Amino acid sequence: MGVFLLVVIGSVWALAQDSRFLYLLVYVWFGLAYGVLLQYGRFCMASAVRDLFAVKVPRMAVGMMIAVALYALVATVVTLAGFSTFHPNAMGWHIVIGAAIFGFGIVFTGGCASGSLYKAGEGNMNSMLVIVAISFSQAIVVTASGWWDSLVPQSWIDSAAAKDMPAELTVNEGWFDIFTAGYIWDLKGSTTAEAFGMAETATGIVLMNTMLTAILPVAIILVALYVFYYRKGHLRRTGKTAPSLGDEIAGIWAMCISSKNTALAGIGLGILAGLHMYVTGALREHYDIFNFGELLVAMGYTNGLSIQDTVFDPGYWYITTQEAQWGGWIMQQLGINSMDSIFFGLDNGLPNPLLNAPGFMSIGIILGASVMALARREFKWKLPSWETAFFAIVGGTLMGIGARLAMGCNIGAFFATVTNGDPSGWVFLFGMVIGAYVGVKAFTWYMDWNDARKGSECGL
Amino acid sequence: MAMSFNKTADGEWELNVCGYACPHPQMYTKKALQKLESGDVLSLVFDNPSSGESIMAMCEAEGNDLIDRQEGSGSFTWKIRKA
Repeated sequence: MGVFLLVVIGSVWALAQDSRFLYLLVYVWFGLAYGVLLQYGRFCMASAVRDLFAVKVPRMAVGMMIAVALYALVATVVTLAGFSTFHPNAMGWHIVIGAAIFGFGIVFTGGCASGSLYKAGEGNMNSMLVIVAISFSQAIVVTASGWWDSLVPQSWIDSAAAKDMPAELTVNEGWFDIFTAGYIWDLKGSTTAEAFGMAETATGIVLMNTMLTAILPVAIILVALYVFYYRKGHLRRTGKTAPSLGDEIAGIWAMCISSKNTALAGIGLGILAGLHMYVTGALREHYDIFNFGELLVAMGYTNGLSIQDTVFDPGYWYITTQEAQWGGWIMQQLGINSMDSIFFGLDNGLPNPLLNAPGFMSIGIILGASVMALARREFKWKLPSWETAFFAIVGGTLMGIGARLAMGCNIGAFFATVTNGDPSGWVFLFGMVIGAYVGVKAFTWYMDWNDARKGSECGL
Repeated sequence: MAMSFNKTADGEWELNVCGYACPHPQMYTKKALQKLESGDVLSLVFDNPSSGESIMAMCEAEGNDLIDRQEGSGSFTWKIRKA
């Protein structure tokens, strides 16, 4: 309750400074609500792919599909109403590679990007370390130059140089700038409706984006999860030896509601994520802006904006980019110039964390999860050991590298994309599944090695 | 902080995975249950709430009985009887 009151007082104070902080507070309160639901449903997308392979439990994969279906349905209404804030991602090999690195990392950190935030809200200091590692690894990846530049092929360097970008961005230096300008910008990204020239039509939005890109794949994945992970146990429990089609459908339903907390959180998160887009879209129309940066300028805050006077402001649930900004902002304060990169200097800016609207969404998630964990008497400070701290830092670093290569994490590059008609998110999920599968194999090998080493002590 | 797995009495075992986040608790639980004989009881102590949901699903899938759940102050002690 104390945490909740703190957010209320903070919100009132911010509005008293300038009523236009309402735009930022929308992120705070949606973040808080996400945090409450994530903790309530133990809703971690790392678990969705990891627990399938590690312990053969489809609970979270099912929850994730429920959330995707609900978000897609609400996003349809928001898009039809003209308030969508969504931009599709560029489609390319970088998604598979980045997602695989990200998927490998999440097995070792014990949570995805959002999962680490809500677990930090439960008092888990390992998860806090993961957030720090994600923040700095991303900031370093997007600003690094020197030997890193030898990682990119000459064709990308030539293509980046041909883009005629402002000199202060030095796009010929810094491998991520070259990767962005010389590779990503040459790729295409579109929703399915756009690809079929139906972006402006209700048929395109409903049939192509919602049904074909979200609902149909969700249905196929749910059936696959049932067949491979749930059916056998379900038939044993119900005593059916020759199940009818009705029995199979009842089985899929039983799988969907087998963890009520997860299913309810999935429904709630799906609806909230869609509403978030609507509220931010409506506020942009109200203030007549495209980006929070314009509002910051109008309020007299001009530090840390990109050269386009923008800041990172997706208008929907997103995690990793704002964390990269935290890392980049600290590096900037330490005298390491990070604004000569495309990522910060041209696109996202490096605002003071106190003015970073999506950053407050991440903080909102931590606080929302704390409210829920305290209310359920599940909050406990958990200090890292050397072993868990090592996994948190190495895994978090891999998550940061993977998220930047794939242009987002399981939220921004998967959850927000497939629900808005952008099929690139399924490519991300494919990569993340491969990474998590290899990660589980590596983790199992580590456990066996570790147990053999300490066999007499632990007896496992 | 370290994981511990001990036999506490005939047919009774205790696995303590406090301090570990996912996926350690559920993976160690799976491993521990593989060591038990049918009818043995495992007392599982953990403090990562998210693992509980997966462990519950694991028990349901394998047919193991979750016979007791004590929870409080951020820690969980569950008793699982192996099918």
